[in-house]
Amino acid sequence: MGKRTPLYQTHVDAGAKIVDFGGWDMPLHYGSQLEEHQFVRSGAGVFDVSHMTVVDVSGSESMAFLQKLFANDVGRLKEKGKALYSCMLNDQGGVVDDLITYYLGPGRYRVVVNAATRDKDMAWINAEAASFDVEINERPGLAMMAVQGPKARELAATVIENQWRDAALALKPFYGLEAGELFIARTGYTGEDGWEIVLPEAMAVGYWQRFVDAGIRPCGLGARDTLRLEAGMNLYGSDMNETISPLEAGLGWTIAWDPADRNFNGRGPLTAMRESDSRQKFAGLLLEGKGVLRDHMRVVVEGLADGEITSGGFSPTLGRSIAMARLPAGDYGSAKVDVRGRMLDARVVKMPFVRNGKIQIEL
Amino acid sequence: MSELPGDLEYTEEHEWLRKEDDGTVTIGITDHAQSALGDLVYVELPEVGQEVESGGEMAVVESVKAASDVYAPISGEIVAVNDELADDPERINADPYGDGWIVRVKPTGDDANMMDSFAYQEFLDGLEE
Repeated sequence: MGKRTPLYQTHVDAGAKIVDFGGWDMPLHYGSQLEEHQFVRSGAGVFDVSHMTVVDVSGSESMAFLQKLFANDVGRLKEKGKALYSCMLNDQGGVVDDLITYYLGPGRYRVVVNAATRDKDMAWINAEAASFDVEINERPGLAMMAVQGPKARELAATVIENQWRDAALALKPFYGLEAGELFIARTGYTGEDGWEIVLPEAMAVGYWQRFVDAGIRPCGLGARDTLRLEAGMNLYGSDMNETISPLEAGLGWTIAWDPADRNFNGRGPLTAMRESDSRQKFAGLLLEGKGVLRDHMRVVVEGLADGEITSGGFSPTLGRSIAMARLPAGDYGSAKVDVRGRMLDARVVKMPFVRNGKIQIEL
Repeated sequence: MSELPGDLEYTEEHEWLRKEDDGTVTIGITDHAQSALGDLVYVELPEVGQEVESGGEMAVVESVKAASDVYAPISGEIVAVNDELADDPERINADPYGDGWIVRVKPTGDDANMMDSFAYQEFLDGLEE
């Protein structure tokens, strides 16, 4: 038996197929992953993401600490509630984890890291924190759910207490709000509008039920994965890891090079890599014909070194197979993928594949 | 859990076989198999006229989760394939024992030892323990 979120029994009662995810018993789907995917693209879905790790950072040196810990610069967070996506790097410039940080006020930050990486993340964060005046508070008593889709905010707002509703609806993308016992943020991992909501464990089942009653459909981690793949959003462990830098994972935009004197972990090796023109690039692939691209399949570009698919699957919105891949440097528009022994044609495309319900590439 | 059709035979690879009146055998995957795979998104079918050998690769079913080989439970010649699956692989999820059939084979050898619905149910129960 794995670890269970406060919503475990609710998922079982709803007929969820439960799978192990990083040591947690989580819902894969509640009957049909494809239907759940479409529901988020066209309506609203709710995901239990309580397995994710919430860490509150406070103290006089919080900002300086996070400025060393993260490749993106929390110094950019000036407005209360503003969120920042970043990688946390090791000294070699490899990715320890990717995360979102919210600025809650002077000397106060909330960091949300992945579930499967929790132990090593906490060890790394605590070790790094030793030389700063900061307090690290992991918050295992909190649950988290994501309501996502074009109708998600409108429907979820009916469940939010009156005194917070207007402020929650007024949130701009990538901002969060402390709303009493709830923390509501206009963020997500699907390429659609919506909220991620952090709340005390004891309130999780009640809110989940009210969201469902409001017409938001329960969605499992299966749909979450196909949605994020279409949205061109990286998955830690698949698209990057401790031996892959953000530069090789399409995450160069998350590295804040300025100011030049901000000496974040991994900056030296990353700078050397940035100046090399032989490093691999990261791009999307669209399979031209029938079949399904999968993780770790070999990509062949004529005259160049082989590449590898880091995340592959079937895109329900496109009705075609798509993938993210690490590819050899160079300018080319097509490649071949070794799909179970057959070399199939794929087009190299710029991600995302889908954003806000609309297909972003030419089919 | 849905009841297993009594007129079919089953394999440990979660395939079902139905002996037709003309001597051919229709083959598909069981409800247990489609449920374990999840929503199907692609089916690779053999050619009509192709010879298959018992235990050899016959088709590939791919779900949102993974690709899975379908092995021929008997030797013989493929006399029909369910072309509808090319555009609508979800037929296997919706109706695994009916519209979701995969191939029809004209057997050339003897029957291997198949399970009847009771034996297959016991086999499934054993997997869950």
